[in-house]
Amino acid sequence: MSSAPAVATPPAPGAPLTKKALVADHPTWCPGCGDFAVLASFYRVLEKLNYPHEKIVTFAGIGCSSRFPYFVNTHGGHFIHGRALPFAAGISLGNDDLHVFVFGGDGDGFSIGGNHLVHTARKNVNLTYVIMDNSVYGLTKKQTSPTSPIGFKSKTDPWGAFDQPINPMRTLLNSGATFVARSHATQVNHMTEMMLRAAKHPGFSVVEILSECVEFFEGAFDAAVPRKGGAFTLIDEKKNDGSPEDAARHDPADEVAAFKLAGQAWPGAFGVFYENKSRKTKNALEAEVSVKAREKTKGAADLALLQSTFSRLR
Amino acid sequence: MVSPNSPETPGGAAPASARSINDVVIRLAGNSQDGIQSIGGFLARLAGRSDQDVMTYMTIPSTISGGPSIFQVRMGTGDILSAGDRADMLVAFYQHSYEAHIGSLRPGGVLIYDSDHVKPNAEDNRFTNVAAPITTGTVEAVGGTSKDKGKNIYVLGLLARIFDLEVPKLAALIKERFGGKNEDIVRNAMLAFDAGYAWPQNNLRDLFYRFEAVDQNGLAAAPSTRPQVTLDGNTALAYGLIAGGVRHGAGYPITPWSSIMEILRSELPKYGGMFLQCEDEIAAVSTALGFSYTGQLAITGSAGPGLSLKMEALGWATMAEMPIIVVNVQRGGPSTGMPTNVEQSDLMQAIYGSHGDTPRVVLAPKNVEDCFYIAIEAARIARAYSTPVIILSDQGLSSRIEAFDEPDLPNLMVDPKPDLSERPADFKPYPLNAVTQHAPAGSRVASGKYPVVTGLEHDELGHPTGSPKLHAQMNAKRREKFKGLAASLPAPELTGDSAGEVLLVTWGSNWGPAREALARIRHAGIKAGHLHVRHVHPLPNGLEETFARFHKVVVAELNDEGLYGFGQFAMMLRARYAMPHIVSVTKTDGLTFKVSEIVAGVAQHIESTALEATVGTARSSALARS
Ligand SMILES: Cc1ncc(C[n+]2csc(CCOP(=O)(O)OP(=O)(O)O)c2C)c(N)n1
Ligand code: SF4
Ligand SMILES: [Mg+2]
Repeated sequence: MSSAPAVATPPAPGAPLTKKALVADHPTWCPGCGDFAVLASFYRVLEKLNYPHEKIVTFAGIGCSSRFPYFVNTHGGHFIHGRALPFAAGISLGNDDLHVFVFGGDGDGFSIGGNHLVHTARKNVNLTYVIMDNSVYGLTKKQTSPTSPIGFKSKTDPWGAFDQPINPMRTLLNSGATFVARSHATQVNHMTEMMLRAAKHPGFSVVEILSECVEFFEGAFDAAVPRKGGAFTLIDEKKNDGSPEDAARHDPADEVAAFKLAGQAWPGAFGVFYENKSRKTKNALEAEVSVKAREKTKGAADLALLQSTFSRLR
Repeated sequence: MVSPNSPETPGGAAPASARSINDVVIRLAGNSQDGIQSIGGFLARLAGRSDQDVMTYMTIPSTISGGPSIFQVRMGTGDILSAGDRADMLVAFYQHSYEAHIGSLRPGGVLIYDSDHVKPNAEDNRFTNVAAPITTGTVEAVGGTSKDKGKNIYVLGLLARIFDLEVPKLAALIKERFGGKNEDIVRNAMLAFDAGYAWPQNNLRDLFYRFEAVDQNGLAAAPSTRPQVTLDGNTALAYGLIAGGVRHGAGYPITPWSSIMEILRSELPKYGGMFLQCEDEIAAVSTALGFSYTGQLAITGSAGPGLSLKMEALGWATMAEMPIIVVNVQRGGPSTGMPTNVEQSDLMQAIYGSHGDTPRVVLAPKNVEDCFYIAIEAARIARAYSTPVIILSDQGLSSRIEAFDEPDLPNLMVDPKPDLSERPADFKPYPLNAVTQHAPAGSRVASGKYPVVTGLEHDELGHPTGSPKLHAQMNAKRREKFKGLAASLPAPELTGDSAGEVLLVTWGSNWGPAREALARIRHAGIKAGHLHVRHVHPLPNGLEETFARFHKVVVAELNDEGLYGFGQFAMMLRARYAMPHIVSVTKTDGLTFKVSEIVAGVAQHIESTALEATVGTARSSALARS
């Protein structure tokens, strides 16, 4: 484990955020791991977003992919396995000025953290979640994951996995996530665009990125790599240009169409499956509760409020 | 009978025959829909407002709607420390109430029963039996369609007459309580009250009492000049957190913790904060840690089963040195156990739960009032030491109502504002030579290098490390800060003799019964003291010197004696001080300690015949005629 200190130059306040200011510890991933490309893309995303440096939070649970926060020079945290989302919800709701990014693996997100994923999604907490799906447990060295395909020979299913794998897109749609996209770690531009759109989406946005574990599941996603004879099929998004061909295009606001798209045969399509711009975020709804409560109390100061409560208890 | 519309409800001096008492325990037994609990609520609120310095203390068993329900109230002058061992008066609404609870009435006590429903055993002449037409009296007074609704208020009137309570204040409380509903309800309530109040006047010759102050062996507190407030332990804890500057929290419902989260869910938004209901306890503790990470010290809570679920995240909080307050309202365990009963069996879990070496802080409130102050103390310690703090309350405290001095809020309120100021260029999240104070997300760091809060072992900057030396150093850092805390703690409250035969030691809600037990033990001529510990872990320094001054140190607690014959706190103390004269009194019947149980437990350990004779002795405040 490298603990080389971060080489970061303090940017002057207001200066654009550069990759130089964003790099931190050198990644500890195996050479060739798909996660490197996700990291490189994320630097580009942050450069483009150019948020105030101190307002960015990079957060994760446990797994190879979840080492991410050590490699990004922002406020960050490395929590426990599967629970990054509820922690990140606390960050997002605790300080609405922050831009919260959560990274993690398929085991972290869909197995041990599966219930948190459902609830953070349905509550539409304002944060961006990037699932680096390698369809295997990388950190613990090759056990079956909830996205491992049937027949995958792991250390826990040496004869080939036979439990039905999760369909990540359908799981996310079903949970009520308001931005659901899918990308591939070999497609840097596409990944960058998906993460950018996710970051700008108000509410719970998820990007699932197929990111190969070269150590324990080599070639897992070749079917979507043109260089290896596969097909990287982009979702043809509706442009609303009135053209006749536009009618056949995918409307991300159409949940039923998104479900259909999610049911396509492997390796499926890539792009934005679903985007709901109208549902209020948890952040907004909780803020409304507070605003209404304070209207009722006429914005009384804390001491006066508590004093009036105790006066009623006399 | 006085008209309900008259502004003055009946008052009048107590009959000349009224006898002075300073203390009475009344048990009301009926069904939960009879509103028995609200009789107690009224009496408690009255006590809080009374010039007579009457205090009440009560237990409210949580019952499923429709089932039998009991409620015990103890009123007296001066300090009331426990719920009272046996009732001086039993009010029985039904035959089943009578049968189930007559055993709790002290021989010589007064039985008031509803003559419409109860036929007491005619052979049983141990008590003064009073047949009151509670049902017909209520129906006749209220009339109309309300049937026997209002029986509770009728009984309240009855008690007000018998004990010469302040009627105008009670009437005001009834109007406050029902005022929000329609006029008829207030009128009906007052009709029932007046009828109940009038009945003893015409039907009882000499069952009248008046509270009078007495000195309780010099233990009574000086009368207070502050207004009194009346609330239960969970409410006190919730508002203590607010006073302590806590504005964020997250939880998952479980009895008897839920009312804290319900209060905070509604209250915190008024203060610009929020409390979230999460999908489970793991999410709740995680979300609370997320709040803390933004600089907003947060609270989560549960009962024992939920505390178990939070343990992995609490291990992280120790490693990452993230402040958080965790309230555990203990109930009978393990597992679902006895969810509506009291126990103190989560002590070891609170101190040692989780994995690895996880030093943390555990505090326990001694009574309802202390629930308020312990919350402020927990917030102070969590911030100052950047640590998880567990508050061990219990089911008894959670629902018990007590009256106490209104807190001096202007001097207690803590500013919740997170410190998002810029950190200097040499900022280190985990300095080896100082207590960690995090740079919350959102704060600039002058070096441009931002920290990662982490559950991996780390160096001073938060980088993961596999260095054996650093792991040892960081374990020491996380441990040593609590030695600093221990050294700063005030000496625990020591009452009675400072040396002698026996030292009674308690933690949590056993404070009250133990104080009363101490008075009885000393009354029997035994030199004895009582030491009560609020800071359960780390322990304040210097206890061994106190322990050494007594022949026996008897630790009374509500948990099992375990395989080795000692309760959980006694085990801790024996391990910590290696003193074999530390012994245990434990029980797990799901009920708070009776004073006599503690006295009996002590008697066993010190083999004093003088003390044995006092076990079960009635207090001087007998209601009986003979
Ligand atoms: C409570 C708990 N259980 C199990 C583990 C062990 N563990 C660490 S990472 C992991 C799975 C990692 O798989 P994934 O989330 O897909 O991440 P990847 O390493 O593949 O990126 C497991 C089982 C743990 N750290 N904590
Ligand atoms: S084990 Fe797999 S997922 Fe983990 S770093 Fe190596 S290649 Fe990447
Ligand atoms: Mg994985």
